[in-house]
Amino acid sequence: MEMPAPNPAVLARRDEIVARLEAVLPDGAVISSPEEVRVYECDALTAYKCPPLAAVLPGSTEEVSAVLKICSELGVPVVPRGSGTSLAGGALPTADSVILGVARLAQVLEVDYENRFIRVQTGMTNLSVTGAVEADGFFYAPDPSSQLACAIAGNVGMNSGGAHCLKYGVTTNNLLGVTLVTMDGEVMEIGGAALDAPGLDLLGVICGSEGQLGVLTEATLRILAKPEGARPILMGFDSNEVAGACVSDIIKAGVLPVAIEFMDRPCIRACEAFAGAGYPDVEALLIVEVEGNDAEIDDQLAKIKAIAERHNPAELRESGSADESARIWAGRKAAFGAMGQINDYMCLDGTIPVSELPYVLKRIGEMSKDYGLDVANVFHAGDGNMHPLILFDANKPGDLELCEAFGADILKLCCEVGGCLTGEHGVGVEKRDLMLHQYSAGDLEAQLRMKDAFDPAWLLNPAKVFPISVTESRRSGGEAEAA
Amino acid sequence: MLDAVYADAEVAIAEEVHAAHAAGTPLEIKGGGTRLALGRPVQAEKSISTAGLSGISLYDPGALTLVAGAGTPVSEIEAALAAEGQRLPFEPMDHRGLLGTKGEPTIGAVAAMNNSGPRRIQAGAARDAMLGVRFIDGRGDVIRNGGRVMKNVTGYDLVKLMAGSWGMLGVLTEIAFKVLPAPEASATVALSGLDDARAVAALSAALGSPYDVNGAAHLPGRSLTIIRVEGFEAQVKHRAPALAALLKSFGSASIIEGAESDMLWRWARDAEPFHGGDDAVWRVSVKPTEGPQLVAVLKGQGDFDAFYDWGGGLVWLKTPDAGDAGAAAIRAETRARDGHATLVRASAATRASVDVFEPQAAAVAALAERVRREFDPKGILNPGRMA
Repeated sequence: MEMPAPNPAVLARRDEIVARLEAVLPDGAVISSPEEVRVYECDALTAYKCPPLAAVLPGSTEEVSAVLKICSELGVPVVPRGSGTSLAGGALPTADSVILGVARLAQVLEVDYENRFIRVQTGMTNLSVTGAVEADGFFYAPDPSSQLACAIAGNVGMNSGGAHCLKYGVTTNNLLGVTLVTMDGEVMEIGGAALDAPGLDLLGVICGSEGQLGVLTEATLRILAKPEGARPILMGFDSNEVAGACVSDIIKAGVLPVAIEFMDRPCIRACEAFAGAGYPDVEALLIVEVEGNDAEIDDQLAKIKAIAERHNPAELRESGSADESARIWAGRKAAFGAMGQINDYMCLDGTIPVSELPYVLKRIGEMSKDYGLDVANVFHAGDGNMHPLILFDANKPGDLELCEAFGADILKLCCEVGGCLTGEHGVGVEKRDLMLHQYSAGDLEAQLRMKDAFDPAWLLNPAKVFPISVTESRRSGGEAEAA
Repeated sequence: MLDAVYADAEVAIAEEVHAAHAAGTPLEIKGGGTRLALGRPVQAEKSISTAGLSGISLYDPGALTLVAGAGTPVSEIEAALAAEGQRLPFEPMDHRGLLGTKGEPTIGAVAAMNNSGPRRIQAGAARDAMLGVRFIDGRGDVIRNGGRVMKNVTGYDLVKLMAGSWGMLGVLTEIAFKVLPAPEASATVALSGLDDARAVAALSAALGSPYDVNGAAHLPGRSLTIIRVEGFEAQVKHRAPALAALLKSFGSASIIEGAESDMLWRWARDAEPFHGGDDAVWRVSVKPTEGPQLVAVLKGQGDFDAFYDWGGGLVWLKTPDAGDAGAAAIRAETRARDGHATLVRASAATRASVDVFEPQAAAVAALAERVRREFDPKGILNPGRMA
């Protein structure tokens, strides 16, 4: 993984930078000792590490603004960080960068049930947002699997998804407004509780910009009333093709489940061994969940069952109680842990058109043989968001590189069939160098120009999202200014 | 992604824009021409037509995805979707009745103005259903962003940026949409005789219920407060009476189905209470509970008529098209309430003299202008329309 060489002019001014930051932040909010900055050397993509020059933990929008003004003036790159759960290396530092963490911004600012929104500081975790409103019957819909730990800042930065987006959408569909601090320290309110703010939809482009356009300190989020209930049905099939066709038929029949999860045989076996959920040993397993009151759920599950039966399922198991629901979900929820117990794994999240599912699974199987690395597939089938888990041995020299090459081939395949590189994890450093497989140079140029408009000096998280060869002239412009 | 039917048309438009960029010639972008009287009057020497960009290039009902050229008539898309029992999630408004225009509304204009109707509160706006775009920027370069899949966080989301940009960043040539199943059944729970504040309280209660309400409007002229639920027969049979029971403190509700129910939502969607005449019509977005308060203050100051959609958060206002057409009074209220107002119908003279769109905070406006210049450095696309 190539990262830009640190700017020697910035490294040489390390003490001055730290002193300037300490002058505007409270005691303890600037972390600069070599042992302590190591905490920030990586995120959940642990294969790559680099301690930053310093880390700061501001406690207010004003303090964030003060930090950015100083870094802007001194030409110091800034890497925003939520909770550090990025699987794509979105918060990976460079040696000349300051990590700006939002951990101390963790307050609920306003809850408004009548108007159905909550305003929070962005260091709050995803799950704690739902926690703040669930006693009153509401929830915040996006539910990435890291929701216990991941921060709203990172959710907005990466436009996080989750298992229930088929019905509720991803972060961008549930985000009403943000407080944005640009690299020059300017504080802006973008969007808000009144829908469809006037002017260009800057909120839409800020969401998912991976910390490259500004630092987010507050967010206004849409909250929804909890459904009366939810229950899944489990279906086993003898082939991936048939399971894929069943997914398509369910959707065509007008049923809109909240989740359609798909697992292939390697994944089913691993989960079964780990969680003992009682899954059948079949080629493909679907878990489909619907919402409503009991009668509504019965009616929808009957429709789904009728469709599944046309595809000769090897197994059909409808949940009739909370206990049975929990057992159906137990294996799926344990999937990542189960795989982690067997092996090191790399998890990708390319998305494909649902109709390409059988072909893509077949190709992944063939590639798996060619590379000599096993793959287990578990994914959100309703929206085509794959999650192939490639198993490798981190202690075996060359295995990580082999796994990365295999992963890149899978993602290229996703693009070839009309899909994309990443459906919810983000590009970060992990998929940066594959961007030209999805977009032309001209398409990328339009995106780079957006960053020019928000961060002309290219100091915010500059080495992410785009191939570094493509951004070099823009980034060195910023460095030249600092030198 | 591009269909052969209009690939040539995209090339031709790109060449036109390229030449206009070189010469600095301002261009007005025209689709079906049904909404040209919306926004600030454009000062342009030439116009660009999207008529050649017509056709559905991909429709995959099993993946809930439809891709169409920007010049495709909305009616053609709706017919194709209906044939498969599907529909556009965001229920776009047809402006012909309100603006007194003729012609065929196109999907490109729907996207370019982020046009969303009553279902916006539950299913999201047009921008939320837009998965991918192709467009020609102000230099004449073709740019693609997003794609045809529902989950895509690869690079910056310029799709949302293009939605609601009123043609000022580029000429949209093709758009991919997420579509949804059309429901088997639909019903409207109606309350009558509520004043505006009580009506919005009822709508808030309905929207805070678990019944997946996807329409919530108040039509004072008809003395009706209406709430829509949709789904399978069994769902609607459960939800409509459950809502009526939930709202019993607001009065005895009736349940309306079929054509009468559809007509009520078309009324709200197309602002039918304000069709005809030449009064100015405004569209105001506020927090729902602020809607009735804003209207009460305005009525105390002048001649204003109002009805509400989006649970009270979208206020349609009608006022005489004289002087500033109520702009100063309305904007004082939207500023005080963190809302915003758009002048939807007025004479060209009024639209040229008052701000059609809510002025933005200076820093945000400056940032938006920097963004616009990145896409259209010479300001040749729909100049002034969104100013």
